[in-house]
Amino acid sequence: MSTPVTAIEVPELTASEAFQQALAVAAKHADDVDRTGRFPSEAIDALRSAGAFGWGVPREYGGADAQINALADATLELSRRCAATGMIFAMHQIQIASIVRHQAESTWFRNYLRRVVHERRLIASATSEVGVGGDMRRSIAAIERIPNSPGDLVRFEKKASTISYGAHADDLLTTVRCSPTADPSDQVLILTDFAEMEAEPTGEWDTLGMRGTCSPGFVVRATCPADQILPVPFAVIAAETMVPFSHILWAHVWLGISTEAFGRAQNFVRGQARQNPGTTPPSALRLSELSVRMAEFRALAQGATQEYLSLAQEERRPTLSTIGYAVRINNLKIAASEMTVETCQSALRICGFAGYGNAGPYSVCRHLRDAYSAALMIANDRLHATNAALLLVYREGK
Amino acid sequence: MLPSTQSQATEAQNKDKIRQIVRDHAGLGLAFENVSYSTDLYRAGMTSYASVALMIALENEFELEFPDAMLSRSVFESIDSIASAIESLQGVQP
Repeated sequence: MSTPVTAIEVPELTASEAFQQALAVAAKHADDVDRTGRFPSEAIDALRSAGAFGWGVPREYGGADAQINALADATLELSRRCAATGMIFAMHQIQIASIVRHQAESTWFRNYLRRVVHERRLIASATSEVGVGGDMRRSIAAIERIPNSPGDLVRFEKKASTISYGAHADDLLTTVRCSPTADPSDQVLILTDFAEMEAEPTGEWDTLGMRGTCSPGFVVRATCPADQILPVPFAVIAAETMVPFSHILWAHVWLGISTEAFGRAQNFVRGQARQNPGTTPPSALRLSELSVRMAEFRALAQGATQEYLSLAQEERRPTLSTIGYAVRINNLKIAASEMTVETCQSALRICGFAGYGNAGPYSVCRHLRDAYSAALMIANDRLHATNAALLLVYREGK
Repeated sequence: MLPSTQSQATEAQNKDKIRQIVRDHAGLGLAFENVSYSTDLYRAGMTSYASVALMIALENEFELEFPDAMLSRSVFESIDSIASAIESLQGVQP
């Protein structure tokens, strides 16, 4: 890796009283959010009050210009308390980064970024679709231009297989083909206001974990000015921003879950040690083993964050579109999603039935259930299939 | 300096060869009919899987290896861009 890049430091954001308040609120309601499968509205309101939705927006539009390392830290801290809240924060920041880095001086999007900050808007995304077999890089839904319409209107309808917090967001970023005759992979992103579109849920979100993200399927329909289409092909946005940002921030959600599970296991072992001063409880050895895994997990997530930070600078940006980077960022997702389950399982072994119970300070049930979602968010098998093909041409270290 | 007639001839030969490999490996089906040297192959429907097959076929045919920095969308997006990548490699790889 080249010289480490010092991003604009924003410790005041995560250290701010308002963010600390949001963390406390997230922790307080996490169990209820999980048990009842409801949106973590208290924590999201607290983040909104803290101005956190505008953190990734550049200063010229009124934002805090937070870079991926600061956003990753915030994601991790939130996810330690409530993984659903952390995931919602992460997903919003992924949409913001996609707009910020690819709006190409569009007047409409520049104004929109100002509105995100001032109106504290929350953005959801519809990149999945019924009928494409889980391939984000293919769409059936297409933009249709409405001829001779005032303001050059376009419309689309999409059957999204899942939209996380779709019923609670202000705006929606959707992948669609750029015209009804375009190839399935010839996609663009379009941003629409939920208040000006139809969105019908097509199912329920009653899941094993990540229950608070409230991510059912939706049919969405919208008509809007063509200005609301991001001016850069989705292929570029996906490679340079959406995929790396997603995998890095998701990895920090999972690291947050595992960090909390580790902390609970450590408290459990300490409790055992206090009952028998002078002896090291047998579970301490398991904890030591787990701490090695946690160190690997942290190094993996931090390494990927630093690499992205160093490549995000204009002159090194083309590297993000190489096969080598695609392989590495897919590896991050696969490894982190497996590590989070393994580490939560180890924490459960250490805590025993105190961890298996749904209540109490040593419970790791919610953490384990949330962790199981990691391998499914863009299925690891799909990423393995992609990497298997890419490794036919990419030679490590060349 | 003007390019020599010989290198112009090689360039045209290369592009013809690349066009045949694109026909056989890019998986464009009928869309291939309309492919010119400057057509964006990804927009014409080439998937990332097909692009890998294309890369392997090109490496075989031209007896070279694309270094990691060249394994990117921008290099494989058209016959023109593939030809200049190959030309730059033929300059260094004997």
